[in-house]
Amino acid sequence: MHVPDGFIDAPVSAATGVLAAAAVAVSLRGARRELGGPEAHAGLGAERTAPLAGLVAAFIFAVQMLNFPVAAGTSGHLLGGALAAILVGPYTGVLCVSVVLLMQAVLFADGGLTALGVNITDMAVVTTVVAYGIFRGLVKALPRGRRAVTAAAFVAAVISVPAAAVAFTGLYALGGTTHVPIGTVFAAMTGVHVLIGIGEAAITALTVGAVLAVRPDLVYGARGLAKPLQLRTSPLAGPVAGAGEPGSGPSAAPGAGPRPAGARRSARRVWLAGVAVALVCAGGVSYYASTSPDGLEKVAQDQGIDAKAEEHAAKDSPLADYSVKDIADPRISGGLAGVIGVGATLAVGTGVFVVVRRRRGAARGDADTDTAAEATTEAGSAAGTGTTVGDAPAPPRHTPESA
Amino acid sequence: MSAGHAHKLYRHGHSPVHALPPHCKIAAVLCFVLAVVATPRTAVWTFALYALLLAAVAAAARVPAAFLLKRLLVEVPFVAFAVLMPFVATGPRVHILGTALSEPGLWGAWNILAKGTLGVAASVLLAATTDLRGLLLGLQRLRMPPLLVQIASFMIRYGDVIADELRRMRVARLSRGFEARGVRHWGVLAKTAGALFIRSYERGERVHLAMVSRGYTGTLPVPDAAAATGAQWTRAAALPAAALAVCLLGWTL
Repeated sequence: MHVPDGFIDAPVSAATGVLAAAAVAVSLRGARRELGGPEAHAGLGAERTAPLAGLVAAFIFAVQMLNFPVAAGTSGHLLGGALAAILVGPYTGVLCVSVVLLMQAVLFADGGLTALGVNITDMAVVTTVVAYGIFRGLVKALPRGRRAVTAAAFVAAVISVPAAAVAFTGLYALGGTTHVPIGTVFAAMTGVHVLIGIGEAAITALTVGAVLAVRPDLVYGARGLAKPLQLRTSPLAGPVAGAGEPGSGPSAAPGAGPRPAGARRSARRVWLAGVAVALVCAGGVSYYASTSPDGLEKVAQDQGIDAKAEEHAAKDSPLADYSVKDIADPRISGGLAGVIGVGATLAVGTGVFVVVRRRRGAARGDADTDTAAEATTEAGSAAGTGTTVGDAPAPPRHTPESA
Repeated sequence: MSAGHAHKLYRHGHSPVHALPPHCKIAAVLCFVLAVVATPRTAVWTFALYALLLAAVAAAARVPAAFLLKRLLVEVPFVAFAVLMPFVATGPRVHILGTALSEPGLWGAWNILAKGTLGVAASVLLAATTDLRGLLLGLQRLRMPPLLVQIASFMIRYGDVIADELRRMRVARLSRGFEARGVRHWGVLAKTAGALFIRSYERGERVHLAMVSRGYTGTLPVPDAAAATGAQWTRAAALPAAALAVCLLGWTL
């Protein structure tokens, strides 16, 4: 609702012009404080004002182009006064909306040059100040929390738009160029703007909520509501951060101690669990396994490939066909065969592993003593290998090769 | 980003109007609009003279009439308001085509239409013949606070960037099959606005740091454009002087 030239008479236009100039001058000073950041109180950071206020003004300019569909093809757009006040503070809000109005008047001929004072007073000053006042009061009165901030933003915006309409009616009563009954102007302006205000409020509240969810520190109106961040030191942080970083130097040494023990324990636990699962499967669950031939046997049977197949050489062994020879009960027979199989596999596998490990350990014995100094800064896994090669062979250990 | 960064209304050209210093033009347009607003609405013929003056300026600036008329559409919302006036205003009634219309209301509607249109036309001519940088420098030479000029220039320079960001978000929404159809979809659009604010603010912080690292201390050096000569002021004053004469004639006749 940009007022054009000739709508309000000259004295009132001039008076609002002076008022608008004063408001902008005050806002320029206040915006420096609002945008100055943490250094503002020290007199520094004032040079932040121009880029930040300029970008916020560009944001308001752009967000006015964002169309919100209402119903049946009609759509509205945000006015942005209340939103600017809540997001960046009242002074910056007045300043940015004023700059947007000035540029719209000069560049886009939107709103008259002589009516600039009226437009700034009405749309920048009244909207922003009313919105921020209500918002701040509500935030103080309501319990803390994001929901309260969003609700306060809604109420602030829903009142700020009709407030601008009322201010416009007042200006029109003072300096309107046509004698329309003030009651009519008031009813028409306020009625329309209450509807606009509801839309504006919904969008403003949703937008403030969206910003609050991502960057709560950017919402000026909600500053001081967030709990200050606490630095908590976690007991887990030391070992985890210290281990395994080759470049972390001496700080890695204290962390290196518990790590191999933990690794060994967990490896042994895995090993034991694996053996237990294998025994359970082989001894108990195997009874329920399918008795029909597996895929390869089936194909061989179908195609007659197995016609020439000879009986296995070990067919007379005590464990042939996965059952123990002299036990009648099929369940116990199959289970026992499985358990014996697991045990045998384990024994053979571990034996091979132990032989390989011992041979490697002997080959590396000399090299170990030379590199012992460097090994301490390596990941802790290397620390125990030289001395523990012989005992408890089963769990796979971290070796220097694997580290 | 700064030089040749034209706005929508600007029409590049080399006419005598283009060549005038920007601050002369801004002052001239402001005085012209003041004269128009001060004219009594009953002097109908004066507004025709004002329109002729503007037409002469447009011809001198080689701005086509179609361009000017198209840009006048900005005024449409207030035309609707003006059309309503004869129906709601009080005062003696005149009967036109069987409807009773308020006489002061008719005058009021005429007043708004005539003065508003002339004001918009003058502003469009100013914007069409002055580029952005010129306008901002002109405002600064006319004693607008430098900080305000800086904010305005940042807004103009990054206005297109931010608007493009908004457009990209819209394309992204569309390409994911989202189309806002009603109130239920406001949440998504509001999240767009929120994201746009965060991006704008963070861009502002980056711009500030980039400027500080290049030695910015809060003031921008103003290129010392040569002050307007007396001849240029005289040429720029032709329009408001003529308008003032018309205005005085309107009051006396």
